[in-house]
Amino acid sequence: MTGPRLEMKNIRKEYFGNKVLKGVNISVEPGEIHAIVGENGAGKSTLMNILFGMPVIQSTGGFKGKVLFNGEPVPSSSPEDAMALGIGMVHQEFMLLPGFTVMENIKLNREPTRPNLWSRFLGSKMETLDIQRMRNDAREALDRLDLGIDEMLKVAGLPVGFMQFIEIARELDKNNLQLLVLDEPTAVLTESDADTLLETVKRLSEQGISILFITHRLDEVLKVADQITVLRDGEQVATMSPKEATVGKLAELMVGRKVQAVTRKDNCETDMECSEPLLSIRDLHVEMPGEELHGVNLDVAPGEILGIGGLAGHGKIGIANGIMGLYPSTGKIILAGETVPLNNPVAALNSGMAFVSEDRRGIGLLLEDSIEMNIIVQAMQSQGKFLKKGILQLMDFEASRKHSEKMIKDLDIRCTGPEQLTRRLSGGNQQKVCIAKALTLEPKVLFVSEPTRGIDVGAKRLVLNLLVELNRKAGVTIVMTSSELAELRSVCDRIAIIYKGRLEGVLPPDDSNERFGLMMAGALTHHMKEVS
Amino acid sequence: MTSDSRGQSKKLALQETEAKAYKERIWKYYLRKNVVPIFFIVLCFFGGYYSGLSLPFLINEIITRMARNSFLVISLIIPILAGMGLNFGIVLGAMAGQFGYIATANFQMAGFSGFVVTTLISIPLSILFGWLTGKLFNQAKGKEMITGIILGFFANGIYQLICLYFMGNFIPIRIPTMLLSTGIGLRNTLDIKSMHYALDNLWKIRINIPGLIFPIIIPVFTLLAVAVLCVAIHFLIKTKLGQEFRAVGQNRHIAEVSGIKVDKIRVIAIIISTVLAGIGQVIFLQNLGNINTYGSHVQVGTFAVAAILIGGASVSKATIGQALLGTLLFHTLFIVSPLAGKNLIGDAMIGEYFRVFVTYGVIGLALALHAWQARQKRR
Repeated sequence: MTGPRLEMKNIRKEYFGNKVLKGVNISVEPGEIHAIVGENGAGKSTLMNILFGMPVIQSTGGFKGKVLFNGEPVPSSSPEDAMALGIGMVHQEFMLLPGFTVMENIKLNREPTRPNLWSRFLGSKMETLDIQRMRNDAREALDRLDLGIDEMLKVAGLPVGFMQFIEIARELDKNNLQLLVLDEPTAVLTESDADTLLETVKRLSEQGISILFITHRLDEVLKVADQITVLRDGEQVATMSPKEATVGKLAELMVGRKVQAVTRKDNCETDMECSEPLLSIRDLHVEMPGEELHGVNLDVAPGEILGIGGLAGHGKIGIANGIMGLYPSTGKIILAGETVPLNNPVAALNSGMAFVSEDRRGIGLLLEDSIEMNIIVQAMQSQGKFLKKGILQLMDFEASRKHSEKMIKDLDIRCTGPEQLTRRLSGGNQQKVCIAKALTLEPKVLFVSEPTRGIDVGAKRLVLNLLVELNRKAGVTIVMTSSELAELRSVCDRIAIIYKGRLEGVLPPDDSNERFGLMMAGALTHHMKEVS
Repeated sequence: MTSDSRGQSKKLALQETEAKAYKERIWKYYLRKNVVPIFFIVLCFFGGYYSGLSLPFLINEIITRMARNSFLVISLIIPILAGMGLNFGIVLGAMAGQFGYIATANFQMAGFSGFVVTTLISIPLSILFGWLTGKLFNQAKGKEMITGIILGFFANGIYQLICLYFMGNFIPIRIPTMLLSTGIGLRNTLDIKSMHYALDNLWKIRINIPGLIFPIIIPVFTLLAVAVLCVAIHFLIKTKLGQEFRAVGQNRHIAEVSGIKVDKIRVIAIIISTVLAGIGQVIFLQNLGNINTYGSHVQVGTFAVAAILIGGASVSKATIGQALLGTLLFHTLFIVSPLAGKNLIGDAMIGEYFRVFVTYGVIGLALALHAWQARQKRR
């Protein structure tokens, strides 16, 4: 075959007046692995939706530019057209039906059938499914991936790592597959699963299948890609081969600003002996399913950033959720000399504590409401802010608009305006809205749980910088819970490690990796005992 | 050696306790899963005992009611598979069946041929109604049930307009006794004696049980029709179309991306359901022998829905077995509860009240459970 397999020329796309793609050119050769990297919201997924002819593109006004496949223009008005041409796509969210078996999912809507008496009268839809052939085809596709999983299992109970492979098997099963699009395939995989996947991808490309690989894990890109295209805010910043690229260079191009560690002022180190603790936690038990806490004692000094770390399932998330009254808990909480009642979210909010939940889309945001409403709703409900005086207590639209616009500006929330629905924001911007909501309460202590979960590199840094800035400039005391130790160590003054529902110890952020590792595994105390 | 064997026996004992615990868990799981039908089975036994009815009488009544109601209940299965919930829109199918009877009664048809013509008239009407219902449901995705209930009320209004005003006015009726004394509008009760038992009487087996006065009567062809329908539904699920129903039912978005024409499939599901409901109503009415012109169709949706839910189906899952079991339990309760109420408390109204209470209670409970499960899933 001569010429590139896929060419996308000068692709432009607008969503609700928001330019998400500003002229992107991509060309993919047969058997080439072409990586597209960019932050969330850079336009990667939109670009793939255009290629795949997803209905959402047409329903929001179509796009401008040309898509050529094997030199022929692509009609791409529907996913079927794209599939017929030999374009397969593995979506970012899993496109598997949990109630179907693996083989039913692999053969979905391409089931081999046998004619019967009724199908002669009523058309091919009435043909019986040929289960045996479905099984054989599915087995063949799974074997090509070296996946020894039983094709008759239901998808519902399978581990996440398998799902990605089943999706790839489905695309492989389409006989004419020439181009496979993988949209952030490794985002939900563990490291070893991700490695297997990358090897599989390499093998497929050796079989002549072109691959478009979308990701924001940069080390992966350097490992497998033949060509790398970097997108930033809908613009094509660079296209290069991995030989010219390094992780640092790609990260810089992606984010458009230098990535660096947050510098902390040394003179504001807290001294626990001298100052009264702002918040004292005594014997806190929390019944949070999967994150139970069995008696934690912890003091938080005014003006510090306290990190809470530990492995998943050991209860670190339970601390903030318990104190804020979201899960049943017992114990004693003293904030600035006053006891805060437990199991009472309103009292917790009124006492001067605010919480940015780890469950951003579940309890952090009202997804169907505007940014403005999300920012003010908690302060309005618990503290009576943004209400006009009078018996009826009507909402003060002017004040709320002013405040939300200020927050959008201060926290640099990228949006079309305060009226945009939070559902439409990217992960990082949603997180900023959550923080803005908590700040509106003007808290003495701000609890932040997993602030960077599910948001990309650049936005992560921004969120962390924001937290440090709030702490240093506005003097907000912050208790930050995170599964990423590196993140805690880059911003916190002290780090408490929770192990099996109890406080294992408190370490300074610059302590050795070894001690952190041992403590998270609950082995430091034993280790030390052995030494002494 | 001894310690080894002891270790092994320990291991075995451990395995045994594990197996026991596993069995217990399975038991509990099935108990919880089937709590609704089990509750109603118990209720039916108690009711049957206290009603004082003789067993053959009870069995006869149950066979009659199974024969005439199963079709309507089974018509609900396909939309449930297609993820559209309980199709309250089958009321429109029932109306189509009644229009069929109005036509054949007007042409003074009788017997089995009259029954066949009625069915044939009802089918195109049902297809039309089902198509319109399906189109409407596609505009109200995720809210099909409430839309179906309200659509039933609305359609009832149009039905009344046609029967009360158009019949005898724009639509000529040849039989004056069908009309009110003013000559416009149908009477409250429509006599279809000529087609009474048209299907049931084709072949009735009487089983005489020695020592009993009443024989047990089995309307073979009516039950055969139900059996054929069951086989047909079972077959349909195994076809390409059935697979598409199930795919759409699990996740519309994923089905769409796989190239399944979701909206079309949903409309087909509703059309099938409406057509089956229409035929079901025709079978139902031939057994009764008269039509309550303005009332026969009204409760069809609610009763069928209550029956399938009592059988253990949910808003998102239903099988033929559940439909049949539900019909059996629901109608047994129908028969025994007024008498049991009378014998226990001395007032038939209490039993009747209890039955109505249970009917709507079950629907409410099933919907609430579904909403709760959906919320759990989202978490």
